[in-house]
Amino acid sequence: MSPALLSIAGLSARLKRPPHTPLLRSVDLEVAPGEVHGLVGESGAGKSTIGKAILGILPGAIELAGGTIRFCGEDLLAMPAGRRREILGSQIALIPQDPMTSLNPSRRIGDQLTDGLRLKRGLNGKALEDKAVSLLRDVQINDPEAVLRRYPHELSGGMRQRILIAAAFSMDPKLIIADEPTTALDVTVQKEVLRLIRSMQASHGTGVLFVTHDLGVVAQICDRVTVLYGGMIVEQGATADVLAAPSHPYTAALMAASPRHDQTGSGMQPIPASLTAALQGELARHGLERVTHA
Amino acid sequence: MLSSRALRQVVFAIVTLFGVAVVSFVLLRVVPGDPIAMMIAPGASAEDIARLRAAYGLDKGLVAQFVIWLGHALTGDFGTSISMRQNVVHLIAGRLPATIELTLTALAVGLALGIGAAVASTLGTRRLIGSTVDNANGILLAVPDFVWALAFVLLFGVAWPILPISGRVDPRLAIDFTTSFLLIESLLRLRLDIARDVLAHMIMPAMALALPLAAVILRVLKGALESEALRDYALLARIRGASRLRVTLRETLRNAMIPTLALTGVQFTFMFGGTVIVERIFAYPGIGNLAIDAVINRDLPLVQGLILTFGLIFILINLAVEASFALLNPRLRHG
Repeated sequence: MSPALLSIAGLSARLKRPPHTPLLRSVDLEVAPGEVHGLVGESGAGKSTIGKAILGILPGAIELAGGTIRFCGEDLLAMPAGRRREILGSQIALIPQDPMTSLNPSRRIGDQLTDGLRLKRGLNGKALEDKAVSLLRDVQINDPEAVLRRYPHELSGGMRQRILIAAAFSMDPKLIIADEPTTALDVTVQKEVLRLIRSMQASHGTGVLFVTHDLGVVAQICDRVTVLYGGMIVEQGATADVLAAPSHPYTAALMAASPRHDQTGSGMQPIPASLTAALQGELARHGLERVTHA
Repeated sequence: MLSSRALRQVVFAIVTLFGVAVVSFVLLRVVPGDPIAMMIAPGASAEDIARLRAAYGLDKGLVAQFVIWLGHALTGDFGTSISMRQNVVHLIAGRLPATIELTLTALAVGLALGIGAAVASTLGTRRLIGSTVDNANGILLAVPDFVWALAFVLLFGVAWPILPISGRVDPRLAIDFTTSFLLIESLLRLRLDIARDVLAHMIMPAMALALPLAAVILRVLKGALESEALRDYALLARIRGASRLRVTLRETLRNAMIPTLALTGVQFTFMFGGTVIVERIFAYPGIGNLAIDAVINRDLPLVQGLILTFGLIFILINLAVEASFALLNPRLRHG
């Protein structure tokens, strides 16, 4: 394996207020350059806490209690804010969950799409416009010149998500955090967006940390996968291996709970209560408890 | 589309003004107080009083009086001031520019202070800054304009007399302007000596009116900025590496101004009420000061004219606020 692009070691997080409920317990995770790494778990498992910690946008109620997040060898948590902003703008990008709220309602698409290019690359005028048009072409948007002059409320959710994907790739980052980028979209659009992310990622050679609760999505897009439960890693490995032969009962249960396109609805199994109880016991031994909000 | 909207607003304005005219006309004649009693010399005979009453039409019934007044008003004649013996329209037109300049200056200062403080409060991460701003804001909200006015007179007029405490301009300055917009005209004519003097007279009343406005703007805008900053698009801008100041100025301020402007409009109309007392304190020759004189003298035509003027100003402010919504919010621009 090539040297890690993103390397998380011993990352722990907890609620800031007593009783300091732990949210992440010593999480280790690596994303290699050009790899799509799935981070999967049910809500409250801590997957979005990891994403937010990388991006430095943890909510005020959560604090990190230890560990390092290295990006290309540099510790994101230890560096000065200025350096961090530099990296965040140009080398790490986010594809957000909800395209309806992730664009500023009062700014034109073109302005929002090109923020990074203007700010960090000093592009302007014709060069900027050309770049914006080609970015929208890359995400298969028709009539990009017209779309650049539109406001978000004039576009559909699928269009907006494409624009956010274009914005994420605009700076040609080394790492993209995709935070459940298809959850807010309807199923037909979901597939297209997944395919788009996969092909953009492959052509740019971008590493992707793909946060999702959906193992079906993991199977479609991820090279490797990390399964989280209650802030703890229960399983990690190549997607094909993990899905073919899950070594942890929780992964197996999660797979059974996922809807699959080749099965009828009756194939879907809820996670058994006995397993949940066993997992709770396991967490308790580590001083963790399952939280139902993240 | 636009013209039918504009037409609707004109009709609405006329209906509103008519309502204001009826209500104020009735109220003014129902409340105790007799303009004739205020103007006659002591010991006038009953015949003299009756003659005066008839001359002003005050001997007729309420409805008849209103019909006569309305008939004249429709031709632009709002009567003659009883106490000053001058045409009401001329009186108000002569005083209105002073008040417009004062309130617009106060509005500009209030917006600048309020927006500036709210933006500044988003820059600090430390809790100390936020709570200091909130506490200062609480005090500002609690102090009304006339208390500021008196405090300023005491501070900069008496204790440390650096500012003129009354009037609009030094009467020794020779002014041969065509309009009564002394500040605007002096700036346009580059008569900076006059502009300076007008501003020196205006600073204290304008600040007294601006500070309560700034407090309200700060309170609303700070809250709106804080909630906008938690929205996904603002978070995404931060993830793109934008500084706090950049996120505030480029992303959140515009959206946060929408609720703020609605309230600024309301507060700006209140400010015209504030001019009545503040102009009095500084002997500033605007319509607020005129209104007090008119009420004291039970000068019915003048009070009536002033009330309609205030009504028209309120309507215009509301139109301006609505227009600015469309400027800020692209969703309101089409259809």
